[in-house]
Amino acid sequence: MSDGPILTFTDRGIYCAAGDFHIDPWRPVARALITHGHADHARSGHESYLATHAALPVMRHRLGDINAEGIAYGEARQIGGARVSFHPAGHVPGSAQIRVEVGGEVWVASGDYKVENDGLSEPFAPIACHHFITESTFGLPVFRWRPQADVARDLNAWWAGCAASGKTAFLGAYALGKAQRLMTMLDPAIGPILTHGAVEATNRVLRTQGIPLPDTVAATAVIRPKDFPGALVLTPPSALGSKWARRFGAQESAFASGWMALRGVRRRRAGDRGFVISDHADWTGLLSAIKDTGAENIYVTHGYTDIFARYLTEQGLNAQVVPTQFEGEMADREDAE
Amino acid sequence: MNRFADLFTAIDQSTKTTVKVAALAAYFKEAPEEDRIWTIALFSGRRPKRAVTTTRLREWAAEAAGIPLWLFEESYPIVGDLAETIALVLPPGTRANDKPLHHWIAELRALGPLDDAARKDFVLGAWAQLGGTQRFVFNKLITGGFRVGVSQKLMTRALARATDRDEAELAHRLMGNWHPDDTTWHALIEADDASADASRPYPFYLAHALDDGPEPLGPPSDWRAEWKWDGIRGQLILRGGAHFVWSRGEELMTDRFPELARAVDFLPDGTVLDGELLVWRAGDDDPQSFNALQKRIGRKTVPKKLLADAPVVLHAYDLLEWRGEDMRATPFSDRRALLEHACADLPPDAPLRLSPQLDFADWDALAQHRADARDVQAEGVMLKRAASPYLSGRKKGDWWKWKLDPLTIDAVMIYAQAGHGRRANLFTDFTFAVWNGPDLVPFTKAYSGLTDDEFRQITAWVRKNTLQRFGPVRQVTPHHVFEIAFEGIQASPRHKSGVALRFPRMSRWRQDKPLAEANTLDDLNDMLRIYG
Repeated sequence: MSDGPILTFTDRGIYCAAGDFHIDPWRPVARALITHGHADHARSGHESYLATHAALPVMRHRLGDINAEGIAYGEARQIGGARVSFHPAGHVPGSAQIRVEVGGEVWVASGDYKVENDGLSEPFAPIACHHFITESTFGLPVFRWRPQADVARDLNAWWAGCAASGKTAFLGAYALGKAQRLMTMLDPAIGPILTHGAVEATNRVLRTQGIPLPDTVAATAVIRPKDFPGALVLTPPSALGSKWARRFGAQESAFASGWMALRGVRRRRAGDRGFVISDHADWTGLLSAIKDTGAENIYVTHGYTDIFARYLTEQGLNAQVVPTQFEGEMADREDAE
Repeated sequence: MNRFADLFTAIDQSTKTTVKVAALAAYFKEAPEEDRIWTIALFSGRRPKRAVTTTRLREWAAEAAGIPLWLFEESYPIVGDLAETIALVLPPGTRANDKPLHHWIAELRALGPLDDAARKDFVLGAWAQLGGTQRFVFNKLITGGFRVGVSQKLMTRALARATDRDEAELAHRLMGNWHPDDTTWHALIEADDASADASRPYPFYLAHALDDGPEPLGPPSDWRAEWKWDGIRGQLILRGGAHFVWSRGEELMTDRFPELARAVDFLPDGTVLDGELLVWRAGDDDPQSFNALQKRIGRKTVPKKLLADAPVVLHAYDLLEWRGEDMRATPFSDRRALLEHACADLPPDAPLRLSPQLDFADWDALAQHRADARDVQAEGVMLKRAASPYLSGRKKGDWWKWKLDPLTIDAVMIYAQAGHGRRANLFTDFTFAVWNGPDLVPFTKAYSGLTDDEFRQITAWVRKNTLQRFGPVRQVTPHHVFEIAFEGIQASPRHKSGVALRFPRMSRWRQDKPLAEANTLDDLNDMLRIYG
């Protein structure tokens, strides 16, 4: 074992020499530790996978037959010279920050995270460390989320308005995590919740592993839209306005994403409405999460890296930008969050 | 201001015209009259004088948000709107204050004589009291420019619905030189003598582009043709012994074109002409290019030398009012006959000329005229239906512009900058270069012509291929070739390349074209020789 840093940033992803493993690698490796099941973190082709028990079912659903092992939150495991444990990141159900300790020095790779408790994901837990790797998807002071309950009120008011005027409400959101979080925010008294196939497939996986979700009806080709007056349909954004959606007749469409905080993006992306709901930390969330780790060395990735790292440096931290294969600022990528 | 902010939200949230009109109509029925008139003013580009500089606003916003100024400045281009950036970085407001819109405007205007400290107190106080959208709207009142997807036409329709008045009449009432300070809701919208204002222009009728040639228009004998001049559309009004010149953008330009004052010597009072302002030197066969006119546009007072070098003449092509009578319902062929009669005895030194009609027996003959348009500095030909009245706005069917195909050149993108408003966070503003030996020489910028999807693709590419940043501008790896279309080319000592283009835009993303095969500076210079 060399005296170099415990985690290094390679062209395959984050690498730990002491334990000879990678975290969220984007090229095939022998041993991959995965923070969560989103496609840009959990990729196919690795020889072995390690993820939380709660994250595995979705990964298996998406990646097929993988050689994967589960681990409980907080459970410590020795991998070579490194002591490894997974801790809730609050991003989506099953998501984790990965803590790596070698010779008393602690690094945390936080993956994607948010600090607000969404009532569905295991709530974010701050982990004391010396070196903290943070995302910065929304690392600008213009991003400040309102409390989830406030947004839920707006969302339900919109849905109720659609229902009252005889329109079907179409709500576009990422199929894993965001869609289920929205389901828990919706008021079932307004009407039935219908789901696109991609959303319902994830629902099935999550229900099977014991995560309670509100009742939904799969909006397949066989159902008759007129049997579901006042319905809200949850769908990946790509299906908004599609032939499948048009079958429902009079409708309004909305999009739920942190990017909806920006009027320009909202006008470009949203149909009729944009709701500001993100599974990533906002500016205040990022800063409080970093502060709570007590870390002095911060590695900034995914997002407004240059700006965010410069700000942290001014705050007296030793912050540096870590290149990733995926640039942040992905306001127009459908699976941005 | 909650009512106005709610109106703004309703309009901004919807892409549907019916929803916007309904929201506006309800507002025009319910809001206080002083608010209504300010709303009409704001949505038609009349705004209160700027009371605070944007530099101060940025500094105060950063301070109030507790962030360094550089961080504010970095955030601004990502949000793409200053008023919005400020509203977003500040801590949540209380929404405790619901003074009406006109009240806020009055307070803002009262800031004029105050010093910076007092202005700052007022602005910080407003920010603390106002909630999200109210705060954004307040900032917009200061920074100006309410671009919310409400056209004059849409607002007029809503007013017509709210007041049960005729849309065309309202459109005319809203034209011209009014300001909320010196009129009232009653005087502007309801009073009988609304046409008393001698300077009031008629709404312009705008042509549609004829993309597929004139054959579908029916028999050529139903139509009249003219050159499509490359100047400024203008309306000359002679009433009450005075003259007024309006641009199509509803700007009063009387003082910019003093030579038109002599028009009162040649035409009777109660005359309104529609035509094109062109720089045309005495004795020349053709007008000067738009470039020459551009020197005149920016000048509110014109130096003698410029007046002599670049004299402006109105080429009249329509007669909207004659001897005080509104002629717009009369067929074009009759208006034209009257116009020719009115212009029959103009001396050569008059600042007015009749824009000639083009003879054509069939569409092929007209196509031949069109092909010659560049020779007379025209952009193509106009077609007007002989029997048509003078409508308002861009109504399809009676007026068509049949423009020349643009000139094109294949160029390399070398710089990119993020857009504003709806295009915030997307790279949409590009600088293009052509080869000069081994070097790339920048020669134009272009912003439009790509689809949203193409802008998204190129944005992702720019992020991964940035070589250097200069503030909001990124230098990118020379790689992508675009076909740039433009209407004209002029020598320009101010540009490194030595040329300036008219209306440059991206006509195609040449993903098929290798970098080395983009055009050269020599190619540009050849075009300058032929078309310049």
